[in-house]
Amino acid sequence: MTATLGAPPAAAPVTMASALNRALADALEADDRVLVFGEDVGTLGGVFRITDGLAARFGDRRVFDTPLAESGIVGTAIGMAMNGLLPVVEMQFDAFAYPAFEQVTSHLAKMRNRTRGAVGLPVVIRVPYGGGIGGVEHHCDSSEAYYTHTSGLRVVAPGTPGDAYDLLRAAIDCPDPVIFLEPKRRYWSKETTTLGAAPLPIDRAAVRRAGSDVTLIAYGGMLATALEAAEAAVEEGWDVEVVDLRTLAPFDDDTVAASVRRTGRAVVVHEAQRFGGYGAEVAARLTEQCFHHLAAPVLRVTGFDIPYPAPKLEEHHLPSVDRILDAVARLQWDDQVEPPRKGY
Amino acid sequence: MVAPPVPESAQLPEELSDRHPEALLPTPTPLHLLDANGREVDSRLSMPEEDVLLDLYRRMVVGRRFDAQATALTKQGRLAVYPSSRGQEACEVGAVVALRPQDWLFPTYRDSVALVTRGVDPMETLTLLRGDWHLGYDPYEYRVAPQCTPLATNTLHAVGLAHAATVKGEDTVALVLLGDGATSEGDTHEALNFAAVWKSPVVFLVQNNGYAISVPLAKQTAAPSLAHKGIGYGMPSVLVDGNDAAAVHVVVREAVERAATGHGPTLIEALTYRIESHTNADDAQRYRDDAEVAAWLERDPIDRLERYLTARGLLGEDARAAITAEAEGLASRVRAGMNADVEVDPMSLFQHVYAQPTLQLRAQQQLLTDELLQEAE
Ligand SMILES: Cc1ncc(C[n+]2csc(CCOP(=O)(O)OP(=O)(O)O)c2C)c(N)n1
Ligand SMILES: [Mg+2]
Repeated sequence: MTATLGAPPAAAPVTMASALNRALADALEADDRVLVFGEDVGTLGGVFRITDGLAARFGDRRVFDTPLAESGIVGTAIGMAMNGLLPVVEMQFDAFAYPAFEQVTSHLAKMRNRTRGAVGLPVVIRVPYGGGIGGVEHHCDSSEAYYTHTSGLRVVAPGTPGDAYDLLRAAIDCPDPVIFLEPKRRYWSKETTTLGAAPLPIDRAAVRRAGSDVTLIAYGGMLATALEAAEAAVEEGWDVEVVDLRTLAPFDDDTVAASVRRTGRAVVVHEAQRFGGYGAEVAARLTEQCFHHLAAPVLRVTGFDIPYPAPKLEEHHLPSVDRILDAVARLQWDDQVEPPRKGY
Repeated sequence: MVAPPVPESAQLPEELSDRHPEALLPTPTPLHLLDANGREVDSRLSMPEEDVLLDLYRRMVVGRRFDAQATALTKQGRLAVYPSSRGQEACEVGAVVALRPQDWLFPTYRDSVALVTRGVDPMETLTLLRGDWHLGYDPYEYRVAPQCTPLATNTLHAVGLAHAATVKGEDTVALVLLGDGATSEGDTHEALNFAAVWKSPVVFLVQNNGYAISVPLAKQTAAPSLAHKGIGYGMPSVLVDGNDAAAVHVVVREAVERAATGHGPTLIEALTYRIESHTNADDAQRYRDDAEVAAWLERDPIDRLERYLTARGLLGEDARAAITAEAEGLASRVRAGMNADVEVDPMSLFQHVYAQPTLQLRAQQQLLTDELLQEAE
């Protein structure tokens, strides 16, 4: 970090993958208690190269490959956190975090509560999640609802490289366990930014694009799609606001409800299946909190209620700009012909 | 029982000793020091010092009294449920007494006597089962993890904690307790493997009490013994008579020493028997016959050590009376404590879900506060 002394570093183009790598390196540098481990994260640097170079730089006591067992990775991270360390573990892919589900839900999420605050577990579980990369089955799940439904966990999903850096640093500093969902389709997207220059608090949502007609609520992999839809909507005459949730749990009611009260219309966007999905919670909260400000029902644009499709079919499943615009069009505008779609 | 032969490991050349299969295998018959009648047998183990034996005996008697009292309290509705470890005292006590102050214990729901032996306040031990809260003690105060109910999940916590000790350069060993049934869970496999690969200072003690609720060991495994599983992980394993407190104590102490001196984990299987039903809510007569229980009552761990100590003139009437008084004193304190009504605080529901309550939890706490105020009016 000595190189940064003196003039502040200039903004430079950075991918989300390298921003995450920098966040891990800076956290390892800042605090000896931080350990990074998982499958292939050592010599290889992870299958997505997020941990590239870290083992060489920090040594194999602090950055290491584990035996291939996800429950083992999370379970031992719990024991390490009990003994004062700050484990940051990687699940290789979303669906391969499921073997660790019992450790996450029965122990990681509950330990602080059952010990009346005596044992906190500051563990970060990094999960490359979601589709859009042509992955075969079991490599593309959006598993956020399993975690957001679990009291005691924080669930975070960055949508931009700069935010990926800030949120990962904040997650590692956080005394609560954090499920850190990395949208793998955005790993290689670039942003020109100065990492760490002006971090937002971990549990605040952010208005990424101001608009007055309708609020699109998105996170992780869908943030860029929502922003694209907002630009395309200009041609249709809609002024679209985009809120990036950043943290899915706990939910930032204030920022989201304030936006929807301003615009009076809202669409929640996520890749994950629709039924019982995270968007249902957002829609319900907005209905409870903003009912009299709403000109139309809160709509959801989501994946279908199907197991994640094969690569050649995933484009039909994933929310697209067109599908988002279609929902926006159905928000009971004065000249509206099309009603909201029902029953799906 | 014939005394087991000296294990081959003792005779292996140095270069073979670490990973050679012969060095990892358990003995064909369980290691022991005392036979069922309390007579000393030939053994590769050496008998613990007299004061240690007396201490084991005293703690087993006190532990059994505690256990009986807890069972009685379920009948009076003072405890929601209690899993008894009657018959398993040699494991509960023998193992825990082998721990040093800086070591950690990772117990299960079955191991309340182990907690009391470790020094956890008996009232704090029973908080969980009384239904006041999920845990009554501060784990850091006693170096005792919360009693674990999701089977085998605690094995991984023990490995993680022990590995962290290695990383930090601390001299700490983790002893994790699990049952025969729990050895079938995936987490046991993962924990044994991680511990062996990392050479973590962990001792795995399987209390093979014959049953996982109603399911006998024969339906649980096809392995020659549970201890044999160690070889697959490259971990030395020990089969020990789990009703012989002296033997359990010595093998756990050896394993703690191995772990503490950088030689990695050990898997110990202790053969014992659960005299009571799985919990007070279970009916063991549905799956095992009285003759089996009667046979195991003949091998009682407390009687066995008592006979040995008495024959050696180490346990006189005075000592016996003092131990009985201590046990009765504990039982009456537990009775009094458990018969007192404890205030439970509804607001504590929200306090420790996160390090700081979230805005949503604060709002939910307000809702409950309002409801309680209305009820009070
Ligand atoms: C993961 C999991 N599955 C099932 C249970 C329900 N259960 C509680 S105790 C028990 C039997 C465990 O047997 P064993 O490991 O031999 O321990 P013991 O009760 O004999 O001490 C079962 C099936 C549980 N607690 N956790
Ligand atoms: Mg059992």
